[in-house]
Amino acid sequence: MRLLEAYTWINIRFLLEGLWVTVQVALVAISFSFILGIVLGVLRHIKVPIIHNVLTLTIDIIRNLPLMLHIFIAYFALPQIGIRLNVFWAAIAALTVFESAMISEIVRAGLKSVPKGQIEAGQSTGLNTMQIYGEIVLPQAIKTMLPALVSQFISLIKDSSLATMIALPDLTHHAKVIYSQNTQAVLPIYLAMAVLYFIICYGLSRFSKKLETAY
Amino acid sequence: MNQLMIKFMADLQAGLVVTLGASIITLIFSLLFGTLLAIGQLSKYSWLRKLATIYVEFFKNIPLLVVAMFFFIVVPLYFIPINGFTAGVLGLILYTTAFIAETIRTGLLSIPKGQKEAGQSTGLRESEIMREIILPQAFRVVLPALGNQFVDLIKNSSILAVVAAGDLMYHGDLIASNTFQTLDTYLLIGLMYLSLTLPLSYLMRYLEMRLAWGYQPKRFSLKLSQLEWRKKSSRKELINNETVRSLHLD
Repeated sequence: MRLLEAYTWINIRFLLEGLWVTVQVALVAISFSFILGIVLGVLRHIKVPIIHNVLTLTIDIIRNLPLMLHIFIAYFALPQIGIRLNVFWAAIAALTVFESAMISEIVRAGLKSVPKGQIEAGQSTGLNTMQIYGEIVLPQAIKTMLPALVSQFISLIKDSSLATMIALPDLTHHAKVIYSQNTQAVLPIYLAMAVLYFIICYGLSRFSKKLETAY
Repeated sequence: MNQLMIKFMADLQAGLVVTLGASIITLIFSLLFGTLLAIGQLSKYSWLRKLATIYVEFFKNIPLLVVAMFFFIVVPLYFIPINGFTAGVLGLILYTTAFIAETIRTGLLSIPKGQKEAGQSTGLRESEIMREIILPQAFRVVLPALGNQFVDLIKNSSILAVVAAGDLMYHGDLIASNTFQTLDTYLLIGLMYLSLTLPLSYLMRYLEMRLAWGYQPKRFSLKLSQLEWRKKSSRKELINNETVRSLHLD
């Protein structure tokens, strides 16, 4: 029963504090990257000649780099060119850049699934581009995008654990702090951390399945 | 950046080899386990289905870092001492297997039932049907998706830096902390990662285009007029439908 001794209120509260930081980072990064991803996806779908090519190349480059590199660049390299971010915002910036590239790809694919006639109908009614995308195309595309979007959000939550490399006090980091003080606590605290991540991510994926059937 | 590259050439090369080696080892094992798991998920025994599904759901929903930490921290403490590279690769294999299993499962589902029935009526055994008929076709369908998994895998292999296994990311981190030229170093490391991932992901996009054109398992019921319309419309349109579908299935 020595394993259970690690589950004291102090340890659990410390883990939950870490969880709260993870949730905060994830929520902020999700909302930023959702907005940015939609804007980028729509911009790529409109196909303005030069902007389109530049965007595509940039997004391909961002998508094909490891997230850990983005995090390191945001925290260690940006100060060299005069941009200083604290740990919290560096993590959010890296996650936002990476995930909004991913989401823009999903949005672009989703927008392609809407028949061209919808855009043409909008144009012939005299709506401007903003209105066409905001009120006609996106609401239809969001249904096809939803499962992919939610799985991207789940992977964002999982990826946020990498920010522990720059000592963001998130769930992973707090777990590390606890069990580096006491080797007895390694297994129980590790399990608690894994279970907490699993509950959040699995809960979200269940929720998205529900949404899918509701639509 | 040039100076850095010349000065640390040996380190960077070693890192590149470790990254690529770890990715290839992981790919081989997780393809093997992933295929078995995908077959398990579609098996007729409910306990096997449940077991495989639990595995996939579990590893899809916890961070890779947590999986790798299990082998790096928990296993040496309670069981056997293992080095960083093994720990990282084991974590990568377990994690990637779940995603590859999911990909291959969608491929298996896309093969029409008639193929299996044809095999049965020819008197082939269950294992032969799977090995000779269904799997080769399924692999063809999911090849681009598997390639994208490999790109993800190369990116994920940067987790080896956490367990001090001497991959590209690890060396980059060392160089950055030695020279204090963080921006240059990370840009250099980024270029090296891109040289691995970018060609691969463009190749996969191309394959996706080619395969989408030649083989369309779920479009058998298209009417002739629709088919003609499809021929006229650009290839790109087809590919993107394909992408949307694969995104769904993911």
